[in-house]
Amino acid sequence: MSGPLTDLDRPNSYIGRAVPRADAARLLEGRGRFVDDLQLPRMLHAAFLRSPYAHARVNGFDLEAARAVPGVHTILTGKDLEGVVEPYVGVLSHLAGLQSAPQMPMAVDVARWQGEPLVMVIAESRAIAEDALGLIEADLDPLDPVTDPEAALEPGAALIHDSLGSNLAWERTVDVGDVDAAFAADGVTTVERSFTFGRHTGVTLETRAAVAAFDPSTDQLTFWYSGQAPHMMQFIFAKHLGLMEEDVRVIAHDVGGSFGIKIHTYGDEVATAAAAKLLGRPIKFVADRLESFQTDIHARDHIVKGRMGLTADGKIAALEFDDITGIGPFSMYPRTSAIEANQVLNLTGAPYEIENYRARSRVVFQNKNLMCQYRAVGHPIAMAICDCLLEDAAREIGMDVAEVRRRNLMADDSYPRQSASGMKLADLSHQQSLEKLLEIMDYNGLRADQAQARKSGVYRGIGLVSMVEVTNPSPAFYGIGGAPIASQDGATVRLDAGGGLRISSSVTEQGQGTNGILAQIAADRFGIPIDRVRVTTGDTDTVPYGGGTWASRGAGIGGEAMLQAAVALRDQVLDVAAVMLQTEPSKLDIRDGAVTDLDGSERMTLSDLARTVYYRGNELPSDMKPELVATRHYRVTDFPFVFTNGAMAAQVEVDVETGMVKVLGFWAVEDCGRVINPMLVDEQVRGGVVQGIGGALYEECLYDEEGQLLNASMADYEVPMAAEMPDIVVAHVETPTRTSELGAKGAGEAGTGGAPAALMNAVNDALSPLGGRIHQMPMTPERILKALGTV
Amino acid sequence: MKAQDFRYERPSTMDEALAILADTDQEAQPLAGGQSLMPMMNFRLAAPDVLVDLGGVPELSGICEDNGEIVIGAMTRYRDLMASEMVARDVPLLAAALPHIAHPAIRNRGTLGGSLALSDPAAESPAVLLALGGSVDLRSASGQRSVAADEFFFGLYETARQPEELITAVRLPKAAPGHRFGFYEITRRHGDYAMIGVAVAQAPDWRIAFFSVAGTPLRATDAEAVLNADASDIDAAVAALASLEIDGDRHGDPAMKRHLAGVALRRAIGGMS
Repeated sequence: MSGPLTDLDRPNSYIGRAVPRADAARLLEGRGRFVDDLQLPRMLHAAFLRSPYAHARVNGFDLEAARAVPGVHTILTGKDLEGVVEPYVGVLSHLAGLQSAPQMPMAVDVARWQGEPLVMVIAESRAIAEDALGLIEADLDPLDPVTDPEAALEPGAALIHDSLGSNLAWERTVDVGDVDAAFAADGVTTVERSFTFGRHTGVTLETRAAVAAFDPSTDQLTFWYSGQAPHMMQFIFAKHLGLMEEDVRVIAHDVGGSFGIKIHTYGDEVATAAAAKLLGRPIKFVADRLESFQTDIHARDHIVKGRMGLTADGKIAALEFDDITGIGPFSMYPRTSAIEANQVLNLTGAPYEIENYRARSRVVFQNKNLMCQYRAVGHPIAMAICDCLLEDAAREIGMDVAEVRRRNLMADDSYPRQSASGMKLADLSHQQSLEKLLEIMDYNGLRADQAQARKSGVYRGIGLVSMVEVTNPSPAFYGIGGAPIASQDGATVRLDAGGGLRISSSVTEQGQGTNGILAQIAADRFGIPIDRVRVTTGDTDTVPYGGGTWASRGAGIGGEAMLQAAVALRDQVLDVAAVMLQTEPSKLDIRDGAVTDLDGSERMTLSDLARTVYYRGNELPSDMKPELVATRHYRVTDFPFVFTNGAMAAQVEVDVETGMVKVLGFWAVEDCGRVINPMLVDEQVRGGVVQGIGGALYEECLYDEEGQLLNASMADYEVPMAAEMPDIVVAHVETPTRTSELGAKGAGEAGTGGAPAALMNAVNDALSPLGGRIHQMPMTPERILKALGTV
Repeated sequence: MKAQDFRYERPSTMDEALAILADTDQEAQPLAGGQSLMPMMNFRLAAPDVLVDLGGVPELSGICEDNGEIVIGAMTRYRDLMASEMVARDVPLLAAALPHIAHPAIRNRGTLGGSLALSDPAAESPAVLLALGGSVDLRSASGQRSVAADEFFFGLYETARQPEELITAVRLPKAAPGHRFGFYEITRRHGDYAMIGVAVAQAPDWRIAFFSVAGTPLRATDAEAVLNADASDIDAAVAALASLEIDGDRHGDPAMKRHLAGVALRRAIGGMS
């Protein structure tokens, strides 16, 4: 061993270490507590009749036969919930001009997508409820479905909401510099491409699930759910069911994956809560896989025409695109369905020096399932538009794709600064990350391999992406626009009599390891072995108020709050210890669960201290008021978002006879600032990359022209599987954010945001000697063979 | 997604099972490995009144040789076929196809007879049966018969099996020295139903059976004729696939699938041994 001691050499130094998380063993042993594990006395089960049509007038239902099924308790229609549930509208004031229509948990007069809930059957078991569903006669008149977003804007297109007068929900444009002049300048080579990004969804291991229990004697609703944002749901149930917020308790125990799917207001879940209130009995609803595909929010669904101009020396002269995105029949409540389009405008080209930038996005209603925020909101579209145009343009002028990035990426010493779209950027490392990427992937070696392979008719391709990721959002994301979504989070740290720490936080655990890193931070900064820390998250009755899990914020915001709470409790404990030991706090430390001198010699255990405070207060001076609990909150103040950056690369081999793409390798360099747990961060990046590969190659919610979802099963909707995934090499550049003491930015979405562009570039690189190119995701064999002109 | 209520029977002999199936008052469905039937029941795409679990009928399982044929009991599970030296030696085409069938967890339960009874057009085993020119033993309470592969597949999920009949065994001709076999399947993910697949036998006449092309596995008889005349004229055999009536699906239109059929045939022949 040599070199100076670092932070990692301190006792109880857990920040930065690959500490295994305590939850992993519990979950692996089948001891998880998921919503469907919950059994309450007198509990009933709900199932929903859902619209078989994408667009239909609802005339009524014959419920007689269904009501007669033994074990059926109650049947509710959309009309029955009028007056029980206050309709909700998914608009936010900072997205100026965004319009949507009031939405009810179940369709009342008109059903607007296949899968929209129509009727709720409440019975003694789910099976009985499903028996009754089969006996309901629905009187529905099919209406013209509006499925294609471009056609939806044509004059004379059928309106999805008559009251709105148009199928356009929102439109935004950005125009910076002089785009027309830049494209027209001498020596500028322009490439123009049409991109299509199919719909896909986040397929969670645990489907959406809810148990709602209402106690009429206290007017209190308890709602167990598989979700990301308990406090947001508390507000929503209170507001829309007419309850006081303090009378709504939302609990999220173990959650089997979320990816942004479980942070929205779903009609079936609201109806479950409303029915529990009406009946005064607990009700369980667990979505099955068919319902999940039909109603869990979908993502992407963009058609983009883009062009980029490159000067002869490879500088980006201008970037322009026009995006249209279909969001289903409503803007999702409360986050809205305009955020993805907004992100596309904000993020496209953000890694690069671009002076001339013009973009438009139109957000359009259609008769398909609702579209909203899924992991890496807008990022894969934004990164693919810019980086695919950049590589195509570089190929056009004969410049290497790594070199063209060197010439355009913002310099690492140029921050703080703004992107072309006006995003405030700080503490980024694009150039360093690119060089590190080229090194770990052996870029030159892969190029040599590629040239060699082509000689034998094997078509390999290499594609890169340089990216930014939005993390640690401030109130500018949602709160500023009126959404009941906290951007600050709280943490409480309490020293118990046994000398252990009980910590709680308002960020939530979805399986990604939040509870583990919170324990690491608390143990590290307080000075206690991590196995003496117990964590509580996901319960509005017991944790501090906060936002939950979204936008890669758990570690950066929840972690900083935990750090500040742990430091505060440490100071409070040392104040008590100094009095008890008749010394100064500055002459004491807390190490390994004991109060020590600065040289580490033990003076008293934390248990001795806490037992004295709790049991034998008579031994303390009467004017001493010991506090062995501390709570701190944290929010990002100086920036709307704390951006991270990354550089990624894919190597693929295209079977040009079958159109199959094999991903041979994937490399990701991620700068998420301070890495709290490298094992968790690496797996977050890898999991994100796999979902990105899914979007690029496999996953698509296929609808026909009538708005019928064609592949709503795990057999027909192709999620990426382990056998097809490459090794994913992850490396880090650590540029801590100066917005917090912890220095952590988010890492959860980078892979999903960046991988698709790298894949598309790699496939086009492979196809380029054959003259084929593809700009549609997912890149299926059929689309690749069509791009090659084979079929 | 819960199955409709049904009566569950678990007979311990074939005669008991056949007696239940012979009761025409109720729709009875034999349950083999359940890897397709149970999901279909949960989706309520199938809703039998009686489920006849064949798992307790030992005489339906096993692999033996009978008069130049390898006879495989209908309830023999894929994992046992994969572990069988007799299958590896005497039915190499089936052995080549087995690793492509779904995943280990499914192969642990799934059975050859169950797969043929369902006859999913994208499944491997019906095409293997067809390419080998094997036959299917059927039995009911009133008698038994054997149906040749060429007469077994009627249409989408339709076979020669009558509702009161059980598939008792599958007969596959034993490979002789000099016989050659090839198998090639194109899937997006390992273990998926095929986008296209082909089983090829030269024993010594050529038999070529495609799957995931139409409602049933299809023999490419024109291509077989080409190869019977000149086994080296693979280009002409591929060209002869023009006469196959191929349906499109979510993986591609008929032209795309015909193209893939040609690629699969070339690769299957290229890999024959």
